[in-house]
Amino acid sequence: MRIELVKRPQRSKLFAAISPFLAFLLTLLAGALLFAILGKDPILTLYTYFVEPLTEVWSLHELAIKAAPLILIAVGLSVCFLSNNWNIGAEGQFTIGAITGAIIPLYFPEWNSFAVLPLMLVMGALGGAAYAAIPAVLKARFNTNEILTSLMLVYVAQLFLDWLVRGPWRDPAAMSFPQAPAFPSWAILPELFPSSGRANWGIVFAVVAAVAVWFLLKKTLKGFEVRVIGQSPRAGRFGGFSTAKTIIFAFLLSGALAGLAGISEVSGAIGRLQPVISPGYGFAAIIVAFLGRLNPLGIIAAGLVLALSYLGGEAAQIAVGVTDKTVRAFQGMLLFFVLACDTLILYRIRFVRTAVSPAKEVSYGHG
Amino acid sequence: MTTQGTRAMRKLLFALAASAAMLVAGGASAQEKVKACFIYVGPIGDFGYSYQHHQGALEMQKNIGGEDKVEIAYLESVPEGADAERAIERFARSGCNIIFATSFGFMDATNKVAGRFPDVKFEHATGFKREHPNVSTYNSRFYEGRYVQGVIAAKMSKAGMAGYIASFPIPEVVMGIDAFVLGAQSVNPDFKVKVVWANTWFDPGKEADAAKALVDQGVDIITQHTDSTAPMQIAHERGIKAFGQASDMIKFGPETQLTSIVDDWGPYYTQQVKAVMDGTWKQHDVWGGMKEGHVVMAPYTNMPDDVKKAAEEAEAKIKSGEFNPFTGPITKQDGSEWLKQGEVAEDSVLLGLNFYVKGVDDKLPQ
Repeated sequence: MRIELVKRPQRSKLFAAISPFLAFLLTLLAGALLFAILGKDPILTLYTYFVEPLTEVWSLHELAIKAAPLILIAVGLSVCFLSNNWNIGAEGQFTIGAITGAIIPLYFPEWNSFAVLPLMLVMGALGGAAYAAIPAVLKARFNTNEILTSLMLVYVAQLFLDWLVRGPWRDPAAMSFPQAPAFPSWAILPELFPSSGRANWGIVFAVVAAVAVWFLLKKTLKGFEVRVIGQSPRAGRFGGFSTAKTIIFAFLLSGALAGLAGISEVSGAIGRLQPVISPGYGFAAIIVAFLGRLNPLGIIAAGLVLALSYLGGEAAQIAVGVTDKTVRAFQGMLLFFVLACDTLILYRIRFVRTAVSPAKEVSYGHG
Repeated sequence: MTTQGTRAMRKLLFALAASAAMLVAGGASAQEKVKACFIYVGPIGDFGYSYQHHQGALEMQKNIGGEDKVEIAYLESVPEGADAERAIERFARSGCNIIFATSFGFMDATNKVAGRFPDVKFEHATGFKREHPNVSTYNSRFYEGRYVQGVIAAKMSKAGMAGYIASFPIPEVVMGIDAFVLGAQSVNPDFKVKVVWANTWFDPGKEADAAKALVDQGVDIITQHTDSTAPMQIAHERGIKAFGQASDMIKFGPETQLTSIVDDWGPYYTQQVKAVMDGTWKQHDVWGGMKEGHVVMAPYTNMPDDVKKAAEEAEAKIKSGEFNPFTGPITKQDGSEWLKQGEVAEDSVLLGLNFYVKGVDDKLPQ
């Protein structure tokens, strides 16, 4: 017997609605099986993974901290991806945003003013946007492959940060260990509810950005332009839209949001520049963007789910004793099932007996 | 499909509620014994740095009386950013009595969380910040072992040149390179060391590339300050000798490993967890070496007897406290004098060390 994917004449509304839940259910079943094979109590493990992190207030704060950069970056990426611009370099734009945002507290540490923090955030966003402009201009002018240029610029940014914190920006009080001086208190992104946890304004920026970009995409001409150019550049040109301008627009917006995420992370959760400031948020955000189906509001949910899977993974390691590798495999399963179930929106499954040759009119699923 | 789904969902929800009840009930009985928690920067399967910390944790548990006395929890591969603070806080909240943060990059996070949980003891490896009375720092004088390795390298190498795979240009690593060179020069004053910066603690691919590059430059001994076994395996392939790192890597290079500096954290962890049990834990800054049993040399293998003898002599001298590897005269790489005849480097200088001694064929990244 063979299993075939047959393209549906139109997207299935039913599967569009239930596929995330179906995926979650399949993940639970496969996860329970995995944990049982490893000799861990599957129910307890799943509880620790998905429920326990949500039962405590401090943990909700941590969820917000983890989700904020993912959502901010992914929202920007959705504009890029919808307009057919494959910005893989958000991690680099995040890093540069953190660097440019840190200029004021590092060079003018004495300047104590309410204007410092907003300026830092603006400079972070500008830095990220400027860095994203490099692959954008290269693509718009010379038609270079933005996947390669944006990706390679990630390593440039990371090494630049590494050099800064080991060299010119090294904290003289740190006994030649690689880190920049801590930000003064007025350059730290305030916590929202300091009495119960350390969640900061980053999550607010993320939600505001998501709503704003959602509005931009759904309700404005610019959003229409982005989507038309993404689906058919030729049709866009007939409509009088400029592909080059859209490339620049998408990259600048996405870079600015990644840069904002970078300075928010450094000024909020970390408090200083150091060699490593991100566990790969810029790359994980690509997954978040697609999990949220490139819809900014969906991305909020997707960002929270992915953040939960990190927190839950940690909780499970401590409480149940599953290993780090198992946790990652489980996280991979979650993503796999989500993307696999989304296939059912456009395709249906057909079981074919091998003895019978496939009918000629069957179209195989290749996109 | 949908009804089946709901049924399964209902079952799961019921099970979740039941397990939640179990969790609450189970928590009360487990308060008498001590819970010791460990945060590792790498995977415990690296057979290097994090592996050794974990071995130390297991040894501690065995020494104190097994699972009935000490419960162990750990997190592997914790990134050194905002995640570290959450991981440490989770430990503090989950009933850990003492938390060992085993990498330099956890320094700020450890101190922040320590301020919020004054009743929990925190131990930070390789750092220098103790902002609260419940934070101690601990480290080992690995450079003592590096000196012995240098002696062996100079005796064994026909090229008069060794390759050094380094991780990051921090004092800990620079100290190791300098001690290695000083040990080698005590045998052969013209001995050279080539350094490759891998910019990682654990990346078998990068470390293997670094090892290959060094062999291609003509070195016939490799030593490393990164945590994987890859350089040992490359050395074996190319038929040269190498030193293990952090753990005894002899099974990865039975004909290759000369010796290895073994980080033995077991005695320290045992002592500190016991102190928590007795209520005698006090803040301190410990920098133990061979004398305290924190730095142990793996058996000397794959070398002639006279080399083995020289290595054992150097080890004995350091162990007895008779000799410190950083004893003058020592000249800096730029030719200026660092230590006069008989002068011994201060610990405070070593902990911030940011220059090479003469004989290192590399420019220290600044």
